[in-house]
Amino acid sequence: MNASRRDFLETAGRSACALGALGLGIAALAPESQGAAPVALRPPGAREAERFLAACARCGLCARACPYDTLRLARLADDAPAGTPIYVARDVPCEMCPDIPCVAACPTGALDKSLADIAKARMGTAVLTSPETCLNVRGLRCDVCYRVCPLIEKAITLEAQHNAGTGRHARLVPVVRAEACTGCGKCEKSCVLDEAAIKVLPLALAASRAGRHDVYGNRARTS
Amino acid sequence: MNHIRVPTPQRLPGPAAVAARGWFAAHRWLLARRASQFLFLALFLTGPLFGFWIAKGTLASSLTFDLLPLTDPLFLSQSLLARHWPETTALLGAGIVLAGYAATRGRLYCAWVCPINPIADVAQWARRRFGWKKSLRLERATRYWLLGGALLAALATGTVVWEQINPVTVLHRGLVFGGSAAFGAALAAAAAVFLFDLGIADRGWCGHLCPVGAFYGLIGSRGFLAVAAPRRQACDDCFDCFSVCPEPQVIGPALHAPEGAPSAIKDGDCTACGRCIDVCHKSVFAFSVGGQS
Repeated sequence: MNASRRDFLETAGRSACALGALGLGIAALAPESQGAAPVALRPPGAREAERFLAACARCGLCARACPYDTLRLARLADDAPAGTPIYVARDVPCEMCPDIPCVAACPTGALDKSLADIAKARMGTAVLTSPETCLNVRGLRCDVCYRVCPLIEKAITLEAQHNAGTGRHARLVPVVRAEACTGCGKCEKSCVLDEAAIKVLPLALAASRAGRHDVYGNRARTS
Repeated sequence: MNHIRVPTPQRLPGPAAVAARGWFAAHRWLLARRASQFLFLALFLTGPLFGFWIAKGTLASSLTFDLLPLTDPLFLSQSLLARHWPETTALLGAGIVLAGYAATRGRLYCAWVCPINPIADVAQWARRRFGWKKSLRLERATRYWLLGGALLAALATGTVVWEQINPVTVLHRGLVFGGSAAFGAALAAAAAVFLFDLGIADRGWCGHLCPVGAFYGLIGSRGFLAVAAPRRQACDDCFDCFSVCPEPQVIGPALHAPEGAPSAIKDGDCTACGRCIDVCHKSVFAFSVGGQS
């Protein structure tokens, strides 16, 4: 093997190593390689986590388009990659604008323009995370989450149950219908408790799926 | 990319030009460049500060006067490698930016637009003032490896992961979107570049490492704008231009071009900052537009 050929192979080999090392170093920053799924809520029409981070330019045009200042760009301390758009339902929930200006403003398609009906948005799912403090579950008639829901009677229903506490009254328990809930967070924002009993979780956290062998759904819904 | 030996300067650049041509003439392009950098930032700040919206978004992707979309082509390249096919708006925006810099000069971005540039300039200025000569030796080509690493990382992870730490966009986003936390991140990005350039490597970030600059360098220098040395026979070898230049390896070929031959700086590394024009007390350099100077 002549010298120039050996030099070339060495240069090529070392270059490949350098490129690989740098690539690995930068790739280690990928949120996916940090383990946990982000808990922050994304704007309507946001693509699933990894695709979103392939598409989002972190330009903030969605946040600028939001008339309610719901959307803001994640900071280093937030549970989402810095600069990507998020909202915190308890601070400012999504008002579900019918013209969805945030999606219209997205230049890259990180927010999917095929979302035409805001009621079809799936930003997350509300979950009654603390039923033991929920006033309705405790037998009172608070109903605030149910009343403020933009999809009242579709995304949140009140289900009458026997109140074993008094033995003679009903409890009207708020039940979230995940198939209709957009995750806007109006319920979480409006919950009268010091810490909301109902919270919007990202789909990845809130999702559940019945067992494949489950045939119980053939009967009428139970609650 | 030739490694031309750069002479060690013996004096501070500037005073000779000020004495020969006056303070203003010796700072003309520096002032123009600071004005341009300020203008590009101000376009994004009139909205949040005064409610008058000119450019929305950030340098990564923006919309000016609700009409002109601009997108960082390096971001878009990473996005494509992460296997996302973007909306037409982003494609069009990146095309406009690419065409603009290809028509002028790729690294014009670095000297006239990038918010990191003034910080790196201050670090270089301070180094000269303090007389600090020691510097970590980095290959100028390191930036191309970092650029390759950033693109490879996008391909491997399927996300635009470089933008997590890119000090250029972190700083710009922090300045434009404000808020104490975002501003903190911006400040950290700026401080990191400043400290690295001042304490560790002379012109370390912009001149050796920055993949954004490397990308714009690849767009090249075939556009109509260049710095040239039309009066190179007047050069008295004072080395002030080498001393002030952020990419001093580009000057030699222009200065030593044969008599009568075009002297425009062809090297894509040249950011067309014009500081050599400012500091030359013999007025050797000039901007050359369309091959004329």
